[in-house]
Amino acid sequence: MRKNMILCGVGGQGTVLASRLISSAAMARRIPVLSAETIGMAQRGGSVFSHLRMGENLYSPMIARGEADLILGFEPGEAVRLLPFLKPDGQMVVSSRPVMPVTAALSDTGYRAEDMLDYLASRVPRLLVVDAEKALREVGSPKVLNLILLGAALRSGALGLEAEDLKDAVRRLIPEKFHELNFRALDYA
Amino acid sequence: MHEEFVMGNEAIALGALAAGVSLVCGYPGTPSTEVLETVAKRRGESVYVEWSVNEKTAMELAGGAAYAGARALVTMKQMGLNVASDPLMCLEYIGVKGGLVVLVADDPGPISSQTEQDTRSFAAFSKVPLLDPSSAAEAYEMVQEAFELSEKYQTPVFLRPTTRVSHGYASIRVKDPEEYTVHTPEGFVKDSGRWVIFPRLSFANHRKIEVRNDQLKDIFSAHPLNRIEPEEGTCSGCRKGVAAGGFSYTYVMEAREQLGRLRTLKISTPFPFPEKKAVEFLAGLDEVLCVEELDPYIERELIFVCGKYGLKTRILGKMTGHMPRSGENSRDLVLQAMASFLQISLPAVPEETPPPLPVRPPVLCAGCPHRASFYAVKQAMKGRKTAFCGDIGCYTLGNAMPLDMVDTCLCMGAGLGIAQSLNRLEKDRCCFAFVGDSTFFASALPGVVNAVYNQAEFTLIVLDNSTTAMTGHQPHPGTGKTMMGQVVEKVSIENVLRGIGVTAVETVDPLNHPLAVETVRRVADLPGVKAIVFRSPCVALFRASSRVTVDPAVCVGCKKCIREIGCPALSISEGKAVVDPGQCNGCTLCAQLCPVGAIGGGAHA
Repeated sequence: MRKNMILCGVGGQGTVLASRLISSAAMARRIPVLSAETIGMAQRGGSVFSHLRMGENLYSPMIARGEADLILGFEPGEAVRLLPFLKPDGQMVVSSRPVMPVTAALSDTGYRAEDMLDYLASRVPRLLVVDAEKALREVGSPKVLNLILLGAALRSGALGLEAEDLKDAVRRLIPEKFHELNFRALDYA
Repeated sequence: MHEEFVMGNEAIALGALAAGVSLVCGYPGTPSTEVLETVAKRRGESVYVEWSVNEKTAMELAGGAAYAGARALVTMKQMGLNVASDPLMCLEYIGVKGGLVVLVADDPGPISSQTEQDTRSFAAFSKVPLLDPSSAAEAYEMVQEAFELSEKYQTPVFLRPTTRVSHGYASIRVKDPEEYTVHTPEGFVKDSGRWVIFPRLSFANHRKIEVRNDQLKDIFSAHPLNRIEPEEGTCSGCRKGVAAGGFSYTYVMEAREQLGRLRTLKISTPFPFPEKKAVEFLAGLDEVLCVEELDPYIERELIFVCGKYGLKTRILGKMTGHMPRSGENSRDLVLQAMASFLQISLPAVPEETPPPLPVRPPVLCAGCPHRASFYAVKQAMKGRKTAFCGDIGCYTLGNAMPLDMVDTCLCMGAGLGIAQSLNRLEKDRCCFAFVGDSTFFASALPGVVNAVYNQAEFTLIVLDNSTTAMTGHQPHPGTGKTMMGQVVEKVSIENVLRGIGVTAVETVDPLNHPLAVETVRRVADLPGVKAIVFRSPCVALFRASSRVTVDPAVCVGCKKCIREIGCPALSISEGKAVVDPGQCNGCTLCAQLCPVGAIGGGAHA
């Protein structure tokens, strides 16, 4: 099995942990993993991404355009930014909730999440939009968008992993007091 | 052995521990920082680790350890090598006894650096051998080999990952602690003929270094990591080849899968350059494309080899316009370049026109005390002729609109010298030098002494958030903690300044806005060099439990809070200011400037 995935969002949204959970789950299944992510200044509110590749005989952790089997968009604008990386038949899972840059608040040049989602809908046959506001409210924590998106990706089949693989990864990487909340987010449908 | 999923920098740390390193030191800098942090986390009791005050000090410390026969690792980013170059240039002439590995992480892009300098070129300049890994797995092996080389040839050895190697993750096989090499240092043996640098010794050692590096060219030519693929004979029809090194090698190998058979040369030891391997590669090739980042290093070396050995191969790359001269490579860029080099047409990618995307420049965090400090100086200096000389750290982000409070930024500690000069040339310009607490200790002290002694006139602002924030919160002399876990006496910034002779030194909480503004107004007009220490902890370390809220019934929608300070937690919704509770840290700066008192709550209320 070979799978290429991109997780993208805005610094502070939890893309790195989500990427780590997938890697850990894949490794537990003895699938080789390579990944790369944004670290440094861009983490202060900039656009961030993780590239993650699973499978044998890979050289580079980086993914080329049109090569991603799955894009997990933590933010609609960022999902559009990285859309060129998605395979024509690739799966995209995207959060509906925009994160406005500070510049938008300053100059009234905000953008509409609807425009981004419409654009994605017109180009991505396999698009899954997660109503993030509703999901976070129903799960009961503003901090678990990453697990909610991972859950949606699991059920789309594009992750190539089972729910139990990710739950084991949660047990390995996240403190026990948050397990129950994270499982709830992962199972949220 | 066991398998671990590690970052390239973690792999380097584990490799150094496996090689029996005794002392690890460095100064934080993206993308190198995690090497030392991993050593600190995973070290055995016999391993000493410290964040030194700057790279020069770290290099000297590591050199001393190597004099005593210990294996030492010193870590820094490429900018840090500039700071450490004085001791390193000399160390190469003096040589070492224990293995000394100099880990320098380069940053193509640049992603988080001021320059795109290439440590491979620095290696050639300093005559220090260099290993250039293309992956975490190679980096793990190479750091161990670097210690061996260093001891065998009594020279420091560079290990040079780039950002994508340092920050890429891979599952690799690493040694268990029981398998680590035990390396017991002999201790310092007095020998002034060896350890004291004098022109006569330098002359003699220079000759030895050149002879050794010529030998290393041949030794490296036989090194398995300098590879020609496919092996001799299996690509008989190949008239074109690609030479690559570092992370770009992974792009080349991925592209090769798509483009088909092609001779490739991987260069893992750029200095001393494996000439004979290159000759073997070039034999029978008409054209070679060099795929590398930063300097056209391999390209120049191959052109040199062609000249020296009378070969007719055309060498293409950055200098011939076949590859970009600056910036990072990517899978797509390399695929395109190799396809056009091989005259293979790739399927056209349809041009898409997405809706305009948000621009996301990095910003100071919500509640960051630097924002309050900059805003206080801005308010106090309204209408005055000023210059705000910034420095390297999170506070460089004070340049963003609407704060716009960084007029210059050059390198660590440079703001002091620049402020001194700008005022010297225009006496009516009120000049400020902003420096963070870690940078203060690392690079600002000579600038303060220089300014005081030479009768300069400017205000030094020390932005003291009690950590090295930008690189992920490392301790420094002002924090009272060491990497060995000790709690120690802090070095007081105020006492240091007073000791140098700065007579006006005031300390103020920047989140008390009226007091901060009043202090700046008063202190800035005093004669000579004066200093204000703005002290308030980094919000990423000490999150406040309180939040401010906007009373929509009182808010008049004037947007002053948004226009003045650019806090990422503030936005406008339906004509009123709103605070994102997920981001707000309750610093109350917005509440203090709201003209109608619509914002309440928070830690400072």
